Amino acid sequence: MTMTPTFKTLAAAALIALAGAAQADITIGVSLSLTGPASGLGIPCNNGVKLWPTTIAGEKLKVIVLDDAADPTKAAQNAKRFVTEEKVDLVVGSVATPAAIAMADPIAESGTLQLMLSPANLPAGKDAWAFRLPQSNAVMAHAMLQHMKKQGVKTVGFLGYTDAYGEGWLVDFKAEAAKIAPEIKIVAAERFQRSDTSVTGQALKLVSANPDAMLVVASGSGAAMPHKAIVERGYKGKIYQTHAAASRDLMRVGGKDVEGSYVVSGPAVVADQLPDSHPSKKIAQDFIAQYEKAYGPNSRNQFAGHSYDVALVLQKVVPVALKKGKPGTKEFRAALREAVETMGRTVVSHGVLAYTKDNHWGFTTETGVMLKVVNGDWKVE
Amino acid sequence: MDFSIASILTLDGVTNGAIYALLAMATVLLFAVTRVIFIPQGEFVAFGALTLAILQTNQVPGTVWLLLIMTAVATLLEVVHGIRRGAPAARWLRAAAQTAAYPVAISLLTIWAAPQGFPLWVQALLTLALVTPFGSLVYRLAYESLADATVLVLLIVSVGVHFALTGLALLFFGAEGFRNPSFWDERFSIGALTLSGQAVIIFLASAALIVMLFLFFERSLYGKALRATAVNRLGARLMGISSTNAGRLSFTMAAFIGALSGLLIGPTTTIFYDSGFLIGLKGFVAAVFAGLSSYPLAAVGALGVGVLEAFGSFWASAFKEVIVFTSILPVLLWRSLRDPHSDEE
Repeated sequence: MTMTPTFKTLAAAALIALAGAAQADITIGVSLSLTGPASGLGIPCNNGVKLWPTTIAGEKLKVIVLDDAADPTKAAQNAKRFVTEEKVDLVVGSVATPAAIAMADPIAESGTLQLMLSPANLPAGKDAWAFRLPQSNAVMAHAMLQHMKKQGVKTVGFLGYTDAYGEGWLVDFKAEAAKIAPEIKIVAAERFQRSDTSVTGQALKLVSANPDAMLVVASGSGAAMPHKAIVERGYKGKIYQTHAAASRDLMRVGGKDVEGSYVVSGPAVVADQLPDSHPSKKIAQDFIAQYEKAYGPNSRNQFAGHSYDVALVLQKVVPVALKKGKPGTKEFRAALREAVETMGRTVVSHGVLAYTKDNHWGFTTETGVMLKVVNGDWKVE
Repeated sequence: MDFSIASILTLDGVTNGAIYALLAMATVLLFAVTRVIFIPQGEFVAFGALTLAILQTNQVPGTVWLLLIMTAVATLLEVVHGIRRGAPAARWLRAAAQTAAYPVAISLLTIWAAPQGFPLWVQALLTLALVTPFGSLVYRLAYESLADATVLVLLIVSVGVHFALTGLALLFFGAEGFRNPSFWDERFSIGALTLSGQAVIIFLASAALIVMLFLFFERSLYGKALRATAVNRLGARLMGISSTNAGRLSFTMAAFIGALSGLLIGPTTTIFYDSGFLIGLKGFVAAVFAGLSSYPLAAVGALGVGVLEAFGSFWASAFKEVIVFTSILPVLLWRSLRDPHSDEE
């Protein structure tokens, strides 16, 4: 076979490109719940990942996305594969709390940076290599409690998932209440699973306790069913939802029953309604413009914002870390962690991040925005 | 706990139980006729509910494409079998056309009807017509060539079919859940009790289906043929009853029952692409109560599961599933003590 000159040039160019890329790529392992019970969170996150730039500080990004199906075992396997086979420079994920917790151990052992996309509570000392991108439950509970205080709420009924997300909220909400609003008490706590077809029993018990407000801890469109059950049992008080429910699916599935409820959220989804003084306003508008250009109008959501923010953080830390080592080396990985810890005040679409050596929950208490559902749309309170 | 709370919980439990009863019936039916423990029964529930939900948005549901793909594969198999066996072309061409005719027709009808925004009940009928042929296709593609395998092999295939159908449902319906509008928006108040129109429809539809199944098995020739296959496959075949056709028919009925359950449960809760599994599993628990053989016992077991679930969620919400699925243990114990059996498979 005779090669045409164009073909030869192309082949040579490809070879050079491949060889060059193989040496200096920054490899990022992303584990998301693309199937399974948290896929409603994982799919928008993956959409956000697709908006990442192809190069940062002149280095090409090689992104490997794996599905963990929100299953802790699978997530831990993905984490091991990332650090042993793929030799990644950092890991992003998972978006499901139980899965993110399962990934933390193998990643920390190998000395690799983990940027979690869920507010996962890890025991003290276990989060040396893990940083959370989403707002901590405590930070969100802070905004919610401020709002409850203003509304004169004294008693709260809790209806949450029987998993780490529900449990985390219960613990953090109580702790935060003790700090800033000791008069607010949880008077009844009930659990349910996303796959439940009915929460009548739980709703009955909560409504008979007659609290001033209800707190529903659930994610995506799954947050609508418990909400409706409480309303159907004749509850007339205020109903609060967490930041995992801050997507339009709540209104789509909940219909008129979710009217007037309060949802705590990051600023990214309501950029246009934020005051001009809000630090995130411009970046969040950028995010929405890019995201909705790619995925259609009104497709914006909380989770895509988190994965979008990962790129913003990387743009700040990668140039710093590159001074200490080449991608693919141990030095580079350690330098990445150090750079995140010392990056200081960083404005992202979801608020202001300020990680320190002892605090791997980046967001300050100003990040939470209380939204009210009015006429099937968000309204900043 | 007072009387009004107990009555609300009972009503809620019986409403869910009625759905589980339908699924338990389908499970018993399939096991009796084909010896398949059909774990993916719940998937038809999700398919039914989600197909209607997508039709409600005036879009063509992904079910259509899945149906066409599965039909294409089944038709191809028919042709390959025909050629391999050296059958005359006219015969396998006719068999292939028979396989493809109905699914293609209903798919075209749906593609035409979806953007028209027909009333809810028309879309519900369309959904039933669209999901029902899946039963026969699933049987052809997954089970037919294994019809004489052991129960264990068929069970393993069921697990595979379950994962395949869930994955396809995610692909075709997306990750977010849907809730369908109620078929009947009336509410009746009796003291503290509120009976929704949808619950009335659930009771009526379940009761009607049970009566229809009874009549089908007792009065019709097809029903008697199915019962004969259930009692003795070989004997039935010697009497001229095709066990292949019996399998296809029973799977078609199971898919119909599943889709109907999906339509019934859709307005009462949010259905996700994977919601069907747990609903189907509770129907399966009820069927096990009946030893996978008795329809009335399965119905009673299903109501029991529903009520147990409702009270479990009131008393110990965090352990509700544990309570429901542990309840199978005493039943199994009682069953094995009452009629000890030997492993003959």
